[in-house]
Amino acid sequence: MTKLQQIITIAMCVLGTQVMRTLPFLVFSSAKPTPRLVQYLGKALPAAVFAMLVVYCLKSARPVAGIPALTELIAIAATVLLHLWRKNMLLSIAGGTLCYMVLIQTGILPV
Amino acid sequence: MARTKTSPIPAALRAAFPHTIPILAGFLFIGIAYGVYMNVSGFGFVYPMLMSLLIFGGSLEFLAVAMLLSKFSPLSTLMVALMVQARHLFYGIAMLDKYKGLGWKRAYLIFGLCDETFSVNCTAEIPDGIDRGWFYFFVTLLNQLYWVCGATLGGLLGSLFTFNTAGLDFVMTAMFVVIFLEQCRKEKQPWTALIGLGASLVCLLVFGADSFILPSMVCIFAFLLLFKKPIAKAGDFQ
Repeated sequence: MTKLQQIITIAMCVLGTQVMRTLPFLVFSSAKPTPRLVQYLGKALPAAVFAMLVVYCLKSARPVAGIPALTELIAIAATVLLHLWRKNMLLSIAGGTLCYMVLIQTGILPV
Repeated sequence: MARTKTSPIPAALRAAFPHTIPILAGFLFIGIAYGVYMNVSGFGFVYPMLMSLLIFGGSLEFLAVAMLLSKFSPLSTLMVALMVQARHLFYGIAMLDKYKGLGWKRAYLIFGLCDETFSVNCTAEIPDGIDRGWFYFFVTLLNQLYWVCGATLGGLLGSLFTFNTAGLDFVMTAMFVVIFLEQCRKEKQPWTALIGLGASLVCLLVFGADSFILPSMVCIFAFLLLFKKPIAKAGDFQ
């Protein structure tokens, strides 16, 4: 990517963010009820979008011993277990990342 | 003395700061991780500094690193940004009344309405005698300050790290996994999460790593609209 392409990419992120933050203040008024469909999407979208983002993170993961994204799946399992156990976001993120780093740096898994 | 008593600004700052302490810890930690991640991905500290300042939306900033390292496709980037940030629509709707009539501060409050700022400003009980506009302003400003400082610091520290940082990029995956889990705990139905997982996995297999995001979004929208009634009923969405 050239510098200009980088700037455009970052500008698109700024634009997308600001559209979503500003739009309600331009479109909706506190006097009128929000359209039903918008309310529905607001409740239905987050879980679906974050699921998609998890998959996005795995898009370039390599198979290990014939199993797709095995390293990532092990580290994700560690993150999930840690989170279900302690329910501490920062601890789960740090622990999961550490687990992944150990897995790939020590070469425990066959390639 | 009399002047400081009547000035609403320091009083609002003192009232706002305690509400932001939990966010201080989280933003510094994830901000530093983000800055280091950018650094090890080959970007100087100016990138995390400006991106945290201008985008000011954590998940999207992490994704932006991946997008900066992929093929240039502005439309796809914009669609991802809109989709990832779509939840902000509802923060705005919830804050319509609270942010009314706050003059120039309103523009900054809307610009900086991230998840954490929303959760504080939406729920905080503002003490009597504290100016509402300045209170919201300082919560927003402090939170952004923590985030930008963390990201910049991470960007600067990244190059000083002598330990092996291979695999540190997993911090983004771990973050989304945790956010996803937290979201699932709030849900009364599994369908929206399953639609998100299923649609994007199938699209990844069909369209490949470079171009599965847009089709995934289309499929997610289609399924959510197609099964609106049962999902809304199961999820208790009014």
